Amino acid sequence: MSRDTTYRPEASRASRPLLWIATLLAIVTMAPVAWLVGLSIKDNRELMLGTESVFRVPYTLINYINILYSSQAFGWFFNSMVVAIGQTLGVLVLSSLAGYAFARLEFPFRRTIFVIVLFGLAVPEQAVIIARHQMFNWFGLHNTHIGLILPGLSSAFGVFLMTQFFKAIPRDIDEAALLDNASQLRIFWKIMLPLTLPAQATLGIFTFLHAWNDYWWPLISATRKEMFTITIGIASSQQNFAQSEGLGFLSAQAVFASLPVLIVYMIFQRHIVTAVSGGAVK
Amino acid sequence: MAESYRRSHWGHAVFVLPYLTIFALLLAFPLFWSVWLSLHKVDLFGPGRFVGLGNYARVLADPVFLQAFRNTVVFVALSVPTLVALGLFLALALNRTTRAASFLRGLFFSSSVLSVAIVTLIWRFVFIPGEGLMPLIFEQLGLQPINFLSTAGWSLFSVGVATVWWCIGLPMMLFLAALQQIPGDLYEAAALDNASPWRVLTRITLPSIARTVMLVTVIQIVMQFQLFGQAHLMTNGGPSGTSRPLVMYIYEVGFVRWDVGKGAAASELLFLIILCAAMVQYVVSTRKPEVAE
Repeated sequence: MSRDTTYRPEASRASRPLLWIATLLAIVTMAPVAWLVGLSIKDNRELMLGTESVFRVPYTLINYINILYSSQAFGWFFNSMVVAIGQTLGVLVLSSLAGYAFARLEFPFRRTIFVIVLFGLAVPEQAVIIARHQMFNWFGLHNTHIGLILPGLSSAFGVFLMTQFFKAIPRDIDEAALLDNASQLRIFWKIMLPLTLPAQATLGIFTFLHAWNDYWWPLISATRKEMFTITIGIASSQQNFAQSEGLGFLSAQAVFASLPVLIVYMIFQRHIVTAVSGGAVK
Repeated sequence: MAESYRRSHWGHAVFVLPYLTIFALLLAFPLFWSVWLSLHKVDLFGPGRFVGLGNYARVLADPVFLQAFRNTVVFVALSVPTLVALGLFLALALNRTTRAASFLRGLFFSSSVLSVAIVTLIWRFVFIPGEGLMPLIFEQLGLQPINFLSTAGWSLFSVGVATVWWCIGLPMMLFLAALQQIPGDLYEAAALDNASPWRVLTRITLPSIARTVMLVTVIQIVMQFQLFGQAHLMTNGGPSGTSRPLVMYIYEVGFVRWDVGKGAAASELLFLIILCAAMVQYVVSTRKPEVAE
């Protein structure tokens, strides 16, 4: 169904006032963000005298320049990058392999195993986090990148998504390849995988965003300051912001930390919107 | 010959082996281990003796747990209807092809990609007494500023405001997708009958998306029951525990006071609650849609 034909302008004429209310809501929604950006371009000393100075000149980029000199924020940023990219690649590889087999190959107990994996979808992080924390302790994985990456790889969501996608590919494509005596791995790599690129993109974007924004696991696993992800770093610096770097610096740090996800969002907005709305309601 | 790959073959399982290993080690085993822990007296020095359901009894008798449970229920009862109603309103308002509508959709969804640490920072800077945006506005209006983050009642409310702001994108998108599925001829028929916009809304639009309303509600219940970061960072559960949610209780018992057995018991109780909601979600999502495709 094409998107454009299903929008109904004649039905929406009556809803014009709704659009105005929505616009008003958007302004209210954006006000806190504007406030944060405003704080980030003010000098800390001026803010100490009163934050209403946000509405007056002069503005400055000094807080952003200070981030460049604060090696800490960059270290956190680097950790987040390693964790988010590592987790994304891991999830893509594991989910593609498993999804392919679940959707298109036969092996003993396939159905049973798939149902067990699906049950994993219903297990929230909270139900396993205490045991995980102990296990990672046994193996000395806390305060390491690999320790931050691993838990995210166990999510059953990717496997479920990739299985659905592999199922949608017509059967005759790989049957033709099999007639040519191509190996199973070759079929997967050369024929199947390229066909699932849109799904890979969707899964990749969501995994990246999720890993970048994850809060609880890094909070308890990365306890050494130099192993913080940027999310945990921002969280830890806001807990005692009154006596620390000042509102302006913290705001600039928050803007800096949000840039990667906002850039990912802006580039892939159309993709994300389709994935969110198409995947859940069908 | 071409059928050979459909024949059951142990070799094919190699493809699922990497994920299954991770699944077994990081999900299945920890789940059983958590249950095991919840049945034992455990502290920093390692697993102790079997106490049966003792930890569960300790959790259920803990006034802090009961308070956290009540806070969570209140939070869910207030935030979920708000998210559903607001999401539905935005979807109805922005279900059009204009560039402005598309821009606003993108804008309302954009907050969901931010991390909880950023969201709470933004809202703390709005609410903090003296320096925040709210106190400034209150002052301009000549009102007595309220200390939103450290007044009982207001603190959970502030957490709720930040949460709705953060989470509104998903309900809106799900409702938009559902609105797109309504067959256009229903509206054409209504236009021929000169039906009023209100009638169209209540007789056609809402009944057609009733299933999605249910689905979004259950998804949000599951999500909001797991409230943690917002409360942890904005109010730290205060004042005197009035904004402490269940997950924060688990965090404090398990990772601050290191009462591992009790924390595990509390986390399994939460799992049970979420499992019930997830089951409802499954039933709702597999039920036949009422709109014929």
